[in-house]
Amino acid sequence: MEEKKNQMWAFAITGLLIIISMLYYQANPYYMYVVAYIWFGFAYGMMLQYGRFCFASASRDLFAAGVPRMAVGILVALIFFSLIQATLASTDMSTFHPAPFGLHTLIAGLIFGVGMVLSGGCASGSLYKIGEGNGTSFLAAFFGLCIGQAIFVDVTWFNGLMPQSWFDNAMSKGIPAAQMTSSFDIYLAGYVWDQPVVQLSKTAAFSGLPGISKYFIADSLINALIPAVLLLITIYYFYTRKGFLKKRAKATGGAATGFRDELAGIWSMIMASKRTTLMGFIIGIVAGLHIFVMKGMQIKFGISNFGELLTRMGHSADTSIKGTVFDPGYWYITSQEGQFGGWILEKFGWNMHDNIFFGLNNGLPEPHRNPALWMSSGIIFGAMVMARLSNEFKLKLPKGELIVWGLMGGILMGVGSRPALGCNIGAFFIRVAGGDPSGWLYGLGMVTGAFFGVKFFNWWSDRKMAKEMANF
Amino acid sequence: MAMKFEKNADGTYMLDVCGYVCPHPQIYCKKSIEKIQEGEILNMVFDNPSSAETIKQMLDQAGHDLMEEKKEAGKIIFKIKKG
Repeated sequence: MEEKKNQMWAFAITGLLIIISMLYYQANPYYMYVVAYIWFGFAYGMMLQYGRFCFASASRDLFAAGVPRMAVGILVALIFFSLIQATLASTDMSTFHPAPFGLHTLIAGLIFGVGMVLSGGCASGSLYKIGEGNGTSFLAAFFGLCIGQAIFVDVTWFNGLMPQSWFDNAMSKGIPAAQMTSSFDIYLAGYVWDQPVVQLSKTAAFSGLPGISKYFIADSLINALIPAVLLLITIYYFYTRKGFLKKRAKATGGAATGFRDELAGIWSMIMASKRTTLMGFIIGIVAGLHIFVMKGMQIKFGISNFGELLTRMGHSADTSIKGTVFDPGYWYITSQEGQFGGWILEKFGWNMHDNIFFGLNNGLPEPHRNPALWMSSGIIFGAMVMARLSNEFKLKLPKGELIVWGLMGGILMGVGSRPALGCNIGAFFIRVAGGDPSGWLYGLGMVTGAFFGVKFFNWWSDRKMAKEMANF
Repeated sequence: MAMKFEKNADGTYMLDVCGYVCPHPQIYCKKSIEKIQEGEILNMVFDNPSSAETIKQMLDQAGHDLMEEKKEAGKIIFKIKKG
């Protein structure tokens, strides 16, 4: 009975999205751009839920439980995604753009890393968990990634921390005064925009490589594949090697010390969670396909940003003063949630257009015309369908300590996703695969933050366990 | 909301972390196993599906035995023997 009910829900959600897609097309064929985001989001959601694919889990479960399944899944996804990114770059079909990097990238990753452990999921993980009915993830996403992030980019609370040189530098950029009022604006225009931007294939060391080889050698092999393989070997050595060789020696009745045994050990680690590894492989491919489709749409409509289509359709109030909206052209999570938060706050009378983030760059489209927000909604619906089909959907309202962890973690994630202009997806996964080494810097910050988050939870759970065991 | 870790009259242990989300179920599972003796049984009840995959791999790596696994009304029940 329960199974039947869940299947009906899955069909109803999918059917609703099909109807929404058709209505969009009927309203204007330009909305096919939005429809593409909806269905790629839906696919991500299904894959994330099936593979229990959460970036928080990668470092957290490694530190907390010694389990490498998610770290392995992400590295597998990264390997395949980087190969497709290189293929797309070599055919001029990529929408990827690297980001300015510096110490701020590491610090932002650190804040985000603590936040994702506290809240129980990364930016993409929180969305798929909302689809499973997880109320704590909803708290983290709504109050942290949406509202918290929007407030963070619009307030002047941190002006006292900004060096005078940043103010002077920001003022010299010629940005309209009406769009530069917040601390984050000063930070962006006065500091971040002047930091180096690196994509290995475009550096002096590699740009001279013949033909398209620079994308495969520099962006994919050097920036993603080699580090990913080295990380896999390191994780194997420290977390699973000892146990595997012991089991193998016992099974074969002799010592397991050869090179073949080590290779078998690495393979065993990769295949330990088949569903996670399989989803890593497919996510890598789908994320590449997503870039291909969005670029194709841009070519078809003769645009480089969806804001141009919104203007053509008479919705210029949705766009920034440059006529743009947030339209990454690939898998991205946090900026669109910040837009949603900003849109809500404007309904309560807060002016959200007076800053660079919304007013100058990303605009504040109505939610139903926000392409990237539809991608996030698609992730929630896709995960909900998969959870329903596996009878794993359960509405769980946050209670007690989980409310505190969800809110604290969500706010830290919201704040941590802004200074480096992205989260675990936009600042780490996409950049590493695209040949931008700053992705690794953000990743290092995330892992370090997760380490401290786990330390805290270990201390917290030890206290609770001791209390429980006092009754034995 | 509170987690429960109890010793039953038959000498087995019970860990109830229903309502908890990641990473709490896996952390409490690991710590509970650390507290019991080799060969003793831990019955774990939780309702966070994402934790199940991690807990299974953790048990396998550490040489513990997942003797039984079942789903009842949205809850996941693991019977674990410490190895």
